[in-house]
Amino acid sequence: MALPQRKTDIGPPHFKEFIPPVMQKNYGDWKYHEVINPGLMVHVANSGEKVWTVRVASPRLLSTDTIRSYAAIAEKYCGGYVRFTTRNNVEFLVSDEKNVEPIQKELKDKKFMLGGIGSRITNIVHTQGWVHCHSAATDASGLVKAIMDDLADYFTTKETPNKVRIAVACCTNMCGAVHCSDIALVGIHRKIPTVEHEKIKNMCEVPSTIAACPTGAISPDPAKKAVKINEEKCMYCGNCFSVCPALPIADPVNDGIAIVVGGKIGSLRSDPKFSKLAIPYIKNNPPRWPEVTSAVKNILDAYIAGAEKHERVGEWIERIGWESFFKVTKLPFTFQHIDDFTIARETFRNTAAFKW
Amino acid sequence: MPKKYETPMLDELEKGAFPSFVTEMKKSAARTDMAADALGQLERCYRDNRTHWKHGGIVGVRGYGGGVIGRYSDLPEDFPNVAHFHTVRINSTSGFCYTSKFLTEMCDIWDKYGSGLTNLHGSTGDLVLLGTTSDQLESIFAEFSSRGWDLGGSGSAMRTPSCCIGPARCEWANIDTMQINYEVTQEFQDEMHRPAFPYKFKFKTAGCAVDCIASIARADCSIIGTWRGKIAVDQAEVANYAKKGMNITNEIVNMCPGQCMSYNGKELKIDDDNCTRCMHCIAKMTKALKPTGEKGASILIGSKAPFVIGATFSHVIVPFMKMEAPYTELKDLVRKMWEWWDEHGKNRERIGELIIRRGMREFLEYIGVDPVPQQVKEPRRDPFYFWTESDLQK
Repeated sequence: MALPQRKTDIGPPHFKEFIPPVMQKNYGDWKYHEVINPGLMVHVANSGEKVWTVRVASPRLLSTDTIRSYAAIAEKYCGGYVRFTTRNNVEFLVSDEKNVEPIQKELKDKKFMLGGIGSRITNIVHTQGWVHCHSAATDASGLVKAIMDDLADYFTTKETPNKVRIAVACCTNMCGAVHCSDIALVGIHRKIPTVEHEKIKNMCEVPSTIAACPTGAISPDPAKKAVKINEEKCMYCGNCFSVCPALPIADPVNDGIAIVVGGKIGSLRSDPKFSKLAIPYIKNNPPRWPEVTSAVKNILDAYIAGAEKHERVGEWIERIGWESFFKVTKLPFTFQHIDDFTIARETFRNTAAFKW
Repeated sequence: MPKKYETPMLDELEKGAFPSFVTEMKKSAARTDMAADALGQLERCYRDNRTHWKHGGIVGVRGYGGGVIGRYSDLPEDFPNVAHFHTVRINSTSGFCYTSKFLTEMCDIWDKYGSGLTNLHGSTGDLVLLGTTSDQLESIFAEFSSRGWDLGGSGSAMRTPSCCIGPARCEWANIDTMQINYEVTQEFQDEMHRPAFPYKFKFKTAGCAVDCIASIARADCSIIGTWRGKIAVDQAEVANYAKKGMNITNEIVNMCPGQCMSYNGKELKIDDDNCTRCMHCIAKMTKALKPTGEKGASILIGSKAPFVIGATFSHVIVPFMKMEAPYTELKDLVRKMWEWWDEHGKNRERIGELIIRRGMREFLEYIGVDPVPQQVKEPRRDPFYFWTESDLQK
C-alpha cells in the first residue's frame, strides 16, 4: 500500500481534541478538587460539573499491547479520554459518575495498581538505563521496579508526611529529575575513562572533548594524536564520553549508585531545593539491588518518624540539621560528602552553632 | 516466531506488586524479532553489569535534523535484530492528553514499523517509540504526519516543550499553560526540527508555584503562573477545614514563609503585601482560598542537570508578564535571548551557563529588561563591579 503524503513542521495537534467535553466546557473555571481515595480524585467546576480522575501506575516502558488495553478501558468508561502524568502514571478521565465505581473495579480486576494521589509515594521518574542507553552506569527500570515493589503500600494506601518524590537517573547526565527529588538515585562511575588511542583520531574532535571536561583534566596528546586524562583531576562524570565515544567509562566492577536526598521543585513553604549526597556509593547488584532498596527504606522510615505533617524530606532535614540526619539514619559521613566542586565554599559551616 | 531467550535475571523483575517493564518487553518480544533481541541483550547487560548500547549516530527523516536518535548494539553478532535500534520522538500533546482512537492508531503504526516498545513518556515529554531501523523512518514519519502528528526535538535544538494540565483540570492555574505550550511549539517549529543552537533549549510551563511540570529545575525557560492581588478567603470553608480536623495554626499559619497569616480560631487573616505566593495555604485549603487580581507569569531562565558546572535552578528574569494570546511579548523575549545565546554561546553551552559566564548585566541589557530586586536572593557581597562610560555620566 502506498504511503500517505508526509507533512513537515506541523507540530502536535491542538489539545482540545484530546480532552473530554466536560474539561473543554469548564476550561479555566475549576473551583476545587478532592482526593477521594489514593487512586481517585474529583475536580469540581464553578458550574457544578465534575470530572473524576482514576490513576494507575505504569512502568513507563510499555508494549503496544498494554497501551491498547488502556485505550479499551478509556473507550469503555471515559469516552476514550486518557492522559499520562509527568511521573508516568496513567489517568483515566471519567465524566459520568456512574462509571466511577465500575472503572475502578475493572482496573483492579485486571491487576492494574491504583494509587499515587495525595501525600504518599507516586511513580518514580527515571531514565533508559541498560534498556536503551549508551552511557548508563546502572539500569533504571530494574531499580524502579525493585524500589516500587518494596514501597507498593505507599502508592496504594499508606500516607507519608508529605509527597515523597523519588527519581532514578542511570548516569550523571541526569535525564531523570534527580537533582531536585526527595530521594533520588544516580548511577556513578569511580574510575577514569579509558583512552582508545587508535579510535580517537577518527571518532573525536579533540577541542570539544577537552572543553567537555568540567575540571580541566583532559589535555592534548599530540604524539598519539589523542588526549591525556589527568587522574588526579578527573571525577568520573563521563561528560567526555558523551562527546567522544573513544573514551569509554563503563566499568562493571566499579560502577554503582549514589543516593541523594532533600530536593524539591515546588515553592510551597520553602524555596526549591537541590538534592544532596546521603550515600556516595552502593555497588550494582542486579536484578533487585537489595542494598539500594534497603537504603531507600531506611531514609524513608527516618523521614516518616521524624517529619512534621506537610514537611518534605528536605524541609525535615533542614529543620533537624544535616548532622542530625546522619545520626538518625546511621549513615556514615565520608570525604565524598564534602563538596570540592563548583560551590564548595557555600556548603562549609560558618558558625560554631550546631548539634552534636 | 521471534527467538526466545532465557532470561533468569530479568524474570526476577516480574515478581512483586508494581507493574513490570520486563513483562512489557516480553509481550512485544513474543511478536517482534527486535523486541526479542532487546530483551535478550538486556539480560546480557544484567549478567555483565554494564550497558551494551553504543553511541548514537546521525539518522533522521528528510528535511529534519532531529527527532530520531540513532542507537546501535555493541553485540550485533549476538543480537542482530537490535544492531540498529533507533528511537523516534513524537511531539506529545499539551498535558499528555490522548484519545483511545489515537493511541490505537499509534500502536498499529508502531507494530507495523517498529519493535512495539514505547516510553510514555520520555524525560523531556516526548511520546517515545523505542527501536526501529533507518529504512523504516520515512514510513513512520509519513504515517504520523499525515495524521497530524509531528516529530519532537533532539540535539542542539528547541526540545519538545511541555506543561502541566493547567486550566484544563486545575483550579490553581493562573495562566493557560496548555495553550502557551501549544503556541510556543507551533511558533518555533523550525528551531525544533533543524538544530541550529549552541545546545539544547527546553521550555516548561507551570500554572502555579506548585510546579507539577518541574519547570524550575528542568527547563532553560521556565514559565510559572502567578498573580498580583489578594488571596480571597472564604471563612465558612476555613471553618469547615477546622471542623474536619485541620490544625490551622500549625499546618497553615506557622508554615507560611511570609509569616503573613493569623488565625484566632474563627477568622483567617492574610497580610497580602507580605505573601510570597508560595501556594502552601492554597494547596492545603483549596476550597477556602483563591488568588484574585491580575494573573500572569514569572519568566525564569537557566535550569539544567549537573553537566558542566553543577545543577542549576532557573532564576527570575521577568518577575511578571501578562500572558495573553498570541503571547507576542514572550515570543519576542525568547527570540532576543536566542539571538544573544547564538552570538556568544560555545558549543554545548546552555543559556544559563552563558549568563553565568558573561554576566547578568550583558544578558539583561541585550534583552531589554531592567534590573529589579526580584531577580536576586541578595545583592552582591563583593566590591568588584563594572562601570560603563554611560554609568559614569549618570
